[in-house]
Amino acid sequence: MGRRLQFNIFRHNPLDPASTPHMQPFIMEELPNMTLFIALNKLREEQDPGLQFEFCCRAAICGACAMVINGKPGLACRTKTVDLPEEINLLPLPFFKLVGDLTVDTGTWFRDMAKRVRSWVHTDKDFDPKAQEERMDNALADEIYELDRCVECGCCVAACGTALMRPDFLGAVALNRVARFMIDPRDQRTDCDYFSVIGSDEGIFGCMGLLGCEDVCPKQIPLQDQLGMIRRKLALAAAKNFLPRFMRS
Amino acid sequence: MQTFTTDLLCIGAGLAGERVAVAAAEAGFGVICLSLVPSRRSHSSAAQGGMQAALGNCAKGEGDSPDVHFLDTVKGSDWGADQEVARIFVDNAPIAMRQMAHWGVPWNRVVPGTSTYFKGGKQFEKTEKAENEGLIAARDFGGTAKWRTCYAADGTGHSVLYTLDNRAVQLGVEVHDKVEAISLIHDGERCMGAVIRCLKTGELSVYLAKATLIATGGFGRIYRETTNAVINDGGGNIIALNTGVVPLGNMEAVQFHPTGIVPTDILITEGCRGDGGTLLDKNEYRFMPDYEPDKAELASRDVVSRRMTEHMRKGLGVDSPYGTHLWLDIRHLGVKHLTTKLREVDEICKNFLGVDPSKDFVPVRPTQHYSMGGVRTNKDGAAYGLKGLFSAGESACWDMHGFNRLGGNSLAETVVAGMVVGGKVVEFLKGYETFFCTKTIDAAVKFERERIAGLISGKYGTESVYQVRDAMFDSIMKGAGIFRNGKDLQTCVDELEAIHERAGKVSLRSNGLGANPELAVALKIQGMVKLALCVAYGALKRTESRGSHAREDFPERNDRDWLNRTLAYWKEGDSLPTLKYEDATPYFELPPGDRGYGGGKIIPADPAKIVVKEKNNG
Repeated sequence: MGRRLQFNIFRHNPLDPASTPHMQPFIMEELPNMTLFIALNKLREEQDPGLQFEFCCRAAICGACAMVINGKPGLACRTKTVDLPEEINLLPLPFFKLVGDLTVDTGTWFRDMAKRVRSWVHTDKDFDPKAQEERMDNALADEIYELDRCVECGCCVAACGTALMRPDFLGAVALNRVARFMIDPRDQRTDCDYFSVIGSDEGIFGCMGLLGCEDVCPKQIPLQDQLGMIRRKLALAAAKNFLPRFMRS
Repeated sequence: MQTFTTDLLCIGAGLAGERVAVAAAEAGFGVICLSLVPSRRSHSSAAQGGMQAALGNCAKGEGDSPDVHFLDTVKGSDWGADQEVARIFVDNAPIAMRQMAHWGVPWNRVVPGTSTYFKGGKQFEKTEKAENEGLIAARDFGGTAKWRTCYAADGTGHSVLYTLDNRAVQLGVEVHDKVEAISLIHDGERCMGAVIRCLKTGELSVYLAKATLIATGGFGRIYRETTNAVINDGGGNIIALNTGVVPLGNMEAVQFHPTGIVPTDILITEGCRGDGGTLLDKNEYRFMPDYEPDKAELASRDVVSRRMTEHMRKGLGVDSPYGTHLWLDIRHLGVKHLTTKLREVDEICKNFLGVDPSKDFVPVRPTQHYSMGGVRTNKDGAAYGLKGLFSAGESACWDMHGFNRLGGNSLAETVVAGMVVGGKVVEFLKGYETFFCTKTIDAAVKFERERIAGLISGKYGTESVYQVRDAMFDSIMKGAGIFRNGKDLQTCVDELEAIHERAGKVSLRSNGLGANPELAVALKIQGMVKLALCVAYGALKRTESRGSHAREDFPERNDRDWLNRTLAYWKEGDSLPTLKYEDATPYFELPPGDRGYGGGKIIPADPAKIVVKEKNNG
């Protein structure tokens, strides 16, 4: 016989005129190897088929199921109930627009972010289908992959003090994205180009260095290092602009 | 109600969908992609292992070429593949990989010098040439003669999807996410677009397009034990089948992956076995070499899955509260290898099982993994039956996989087919004008509105959508799982026919307002049962064993009678699909023969019917 779990779940369906935001308790017996993916689906199928939440890969690869679990943003699919107390509070991620209950709209924000930081390799080279690929050092490929591992779950933005104060803040996810292109030799942008994208209070200079982002990143991406690296580089790029032209570079 | 009009409508924004979208956008056409989830969460992102392409850059890939890749692919398919399509695929795969590198994929690269690797638990040495330093590297995958699988650590799908989505953003491809296509708009001859339900608001809208592409991935979620993401419920296949004129090809060809973890069915990559992982039984005995002395754990997936099932049936599996399973042993690969090259695997074991794979065995069992079948298209990706409808990727039956697809060939197919079909869609759009018939559009919308109102009001009956779904799960795994036979398949078909009727009597328990999740399932449950029936009925009628389709009562591969492809149509009002058949391939570059693994007898085809064509002569 497993523990008797009490889930307190945020409920609100903005499209139901009768709905008001509230916390709703659900009781369920704990099963072996239970994760929040298993528990929430059981709740929906056995207790309330209208309960809204989001899962996709359920293997911590796609980033769909981020929510606030007992006060901390995290991926629900890989949260084991055995690691939680008997009372489990679930709320939707802050910062993003609520769709209903535990579901938020992350897609709109992330697409807009990708456009704002111009999230693609900028090159004037054309692809030649007949040519051998350009060579790359394997260690560098690994380094780029490390920063490419972000799954856009939104936890870092949800845990960010600046983002909660200024909705236009790009957040660690966007700054990490820029860092990924900065180390990629295929991208021909210069530090000055990057400065024009993130050299502002909406970008790198808005970061207060609280580092909640790194604490909650489910992929353990070294966000602190990336933010520090970008800040130094772009501060330098800005300082260089005050120098006479012949002394730059 | 909103109406959107565009040149190309891509239903699905995973790798295949977005690659076609990128091709059309590059040619200057307007494109809208629809997706159940933000595009970067598409199931393409979950493919860990890699993409096969005969680049031949690494030591163990020396001498590789598209020709060798072709042989592996056709043998893997158990001669079920369309060989013209397989040839297009292997010839274009290296180009597609290099193009993805150009756009930013951090492929792993060749590191010169001598290093060790494991195969079948034994250690070997290899030496990479200095002149190949920095070219795209490859790893070993099951069923291949050479190391051919390009990879980005073990997040290949993720990395390629993020790169391709970046390219889509660059080109201004619109992605409308959290929407679901619930029917195609067509007049029996032309496809005009789709009716869409928004998964944020529940509202319906209409998307009109000159060309519509179905790229919705697999339909694994008609099985309870599947590695597929929650979204892979066959939505694209259902709306195509519901037209009555578009057939689904080879739906009985369903692949089971040897290593889904128990209990959550999450896939752990074939790379584990490629890198030297072994399979053990309850006595911790390595059994695969007894069945497959040559390839052991690296035989193709259908063979490994069947051997595992065979071994468990002998009572040698490990009992658990979640059913019988076997062990995967990757301890000897070491902490460093596990936490770098196989990091996702390491994380999955620790986070979902509480198992440290450097110290403990991992519980695994064969789990539904891949749908070889899907919307039947010609070699250009154009669907049979409706002008202006295309399909690519796992949702399509293009058909390079036949009755079994090789690891690394499906992820490669997404971008290669995307590139090829994308080019053909552009050709189509350049030479095609059409008109949209308001009468047809209004009728399609009205039909969906009434269906939704009926489900909410309880007009059709009182069945619970989850109970109907559970009944389907129980039936299909018993009857149309890894081993099949006439008696169990007949029972399965009979049960599913009754479940199909029950699925028409579903009503909601909740209020159905807004982005109601119960309504989303209710709208497709009958379609899912139809897909299950296409699988089971196709399997019942195919009285042979080929690739993943293993009949205990017909163990031979029968080239005399079954060297063909099943086409399943669904006629309005019927309770079973109508099956037709076509030749597996227009010609043979590689005449039917022995795969060299898997055993089994072959009933040969009439030699007069085997039209052999020399490669590359037209």
